[in-house]
Amino acid sequence: MLLRELYQEVIIDHNKNPRNFYKLDLYTHHAEGFNPLCGDRISLYFEVKNEKIENISFQGSGCAISMASSSLMTENLKGKTILEARKIFSEVHAMLTGKEVGETEKIGKLTVLAGVKEYPARVKCATLAWHALASAMEHKHV
Amino acid sequence: MYNVEEIRKDFPVLRQMIHGKPLVYFDNAATTQKPQCVLDVILKYYQEDNANIHRGVHTLSERATRKYEEARECIQKFIHAKCKYEIIFTKGTTESINLVAHSYGGSQLQPGDEIIISQMEHHSNIVPWQLLCEQKKCILKVIPINSRGEILLEDYKNSLSSKTKIVSITHISNVLGSVNPIKEMIALAHERGAIFLVDGAQAPAHTRIDVQDLNCDFYAFSSHKMLGPTGVGVLYGKEKYLEIMPPYQGGGSMIRQVSFEKTTYADLPYKFEAGTQAIAGVIGLAEAVRYLTALGLENIENYEKKLLSYIENKILEIPEITVLSQALKKSSILSFVYKGVHAHDIATILDHEGIAIRAGHHCAMPLMSHLGVDASCRASLALYNTQDEVDSFVEGLKKVKEVFKSVIT
Repeated sequence: MLLRELYQEVIIDHNKNPRNFYKLDLYTHHAEGFNPLCGDRISLYFEVKNEKIENISFQGSGCAISMASSSLMTENLKGKTILEARKIFSEVHAMLTGKEVGETEKIGKLTVLAGVKEYPARVKCATLAWHALASAMEHKHV
Repeated sequence: MYNVEEIRKDFPVLRQMIHGKPLVYFDNAATTQKPQCVLDVILKYYQEDNANIHRGVHTLSERATRKYEEARECIQKFIHAKCKYEIIFTKGTTESINLVAHSYGGSQLQPGDEIIISQMEHHSNIVPWQLLCEQKKCILKVIPINSRGEILLEDYKNSLSSKTKIVSITHISNVLGSVNPIKEMIALAHERGAIFLVDGAQAPAHTRIDVQDLNCDFYAFSSHKMLGPTGVGVLYGKEKYLEIMPPYQGGGSMIRQVSFEKTTYADLPYKFEAGTQAIAGVIGLAEAVRYLTALGLENIENYEKKLLSYIENKILEIPEITVLSQALKKSSILSFVYKGVHAHDIATILDHEGIAIRAGHHCAMPLMSHLGVDASCRASLALYNTQDEVDSFVEGLKKVKEVFKSVIT
């Protein structure tokens, strides 16, 4: 495994210039992701209308993997339905933990994160935003 | 003459490649590696002497008991305690501190009493006191540190009062490497009638400990950070305090007589050693102490001092790095951050070069928030590390720029 396969250009880019990196003024869902072992933290916000994620954003600090994963996630999920988001969550989770991935086309650019599965200590960095997503989908913010 | 190449031969784990590169182990503040002699005595104990101690009258039990008690004397001499029964074996520094908080704090403190710690403490020297304060309605006071990472002695003096009952301070900071002026701090605490516990986790493999000279009331340390096995630690306590403390745990070995009406407790140190102890671990720790003593703590300290100044100079080659630890008196620990790159990414890149460092909050979250960083990198050196390894480490750090060049520029 080459280091470059973990730190792909896309990851470096999203770490440097995270997309959707702000707090939404109006949101219906919100969750905090915190990894007490390493101190990575993210706040995730999204607005759901008619079962669709109209807007999504995040803020936080952490390593390149956690920041890029969060940024790529928001980019991917904008415009998706909640049902689709749940499917993508399962696919990404499977990819990051080295399990069989069903429909790769759904996760698109997120496949750049696949290298993480070779680094067991770093998997939690990549999954942080996704667990925040799952948690936010469970607890609607009113 | 300190021959590091010969010393390295005693540590089998160092002879390996990681990702095709020779292992450079710079995570000694987390745990140190073990010399062959320590591994040998543990194996030999299980092969030849394994039995429960202080119980059997048979030969194996007598042998195991003798070795266990010889280990206690060995530790007593190593830290220069007055009596061997002032040495209590525990699971580690954390349990040693919890024992004092629970048993001394639980029995001696009154609501409104104060406990003093510092801003640079490890979680294991914060949380036990918070639990005690919650239970006994006591007050926890925290001594600040200056920008170099040194305890502010004036603030400490001003915090001490007749209400202060316990002061618990780290000998050497696990994040900053700062060596605290504990002897002076102990004297000041005693003037106010407070007892003083030293969290010695980071000290015994790097500097000589003399508990009578320090005049501390308790000194806590771990075997695994001083070339010994995991699962064993020591609590040194002055006899007069250990005597008045109630047992920490109940069970076998710690009793004199048990009936359902009334149980009386064993004498020191057994009052605090309930249940079957980590016998092999204790014997392994004693061997580690013999190994350290044979090398000489003064020699180790001098060697590590040179190595520290070497790494501190060498790291200046990388302008993106800011060193967090600037104390005037420092142990061989270097904490740093790299501009624009998170500590975990640095640690992964270095791991690819075979270099093991720690990245994160180092179990000292309040200190990290004081320093204004979420996470930092820590290279912590030990008696078997070399200048060549420091060179590899600095070369490894130069790879960070290659991977992250688009971020930094």
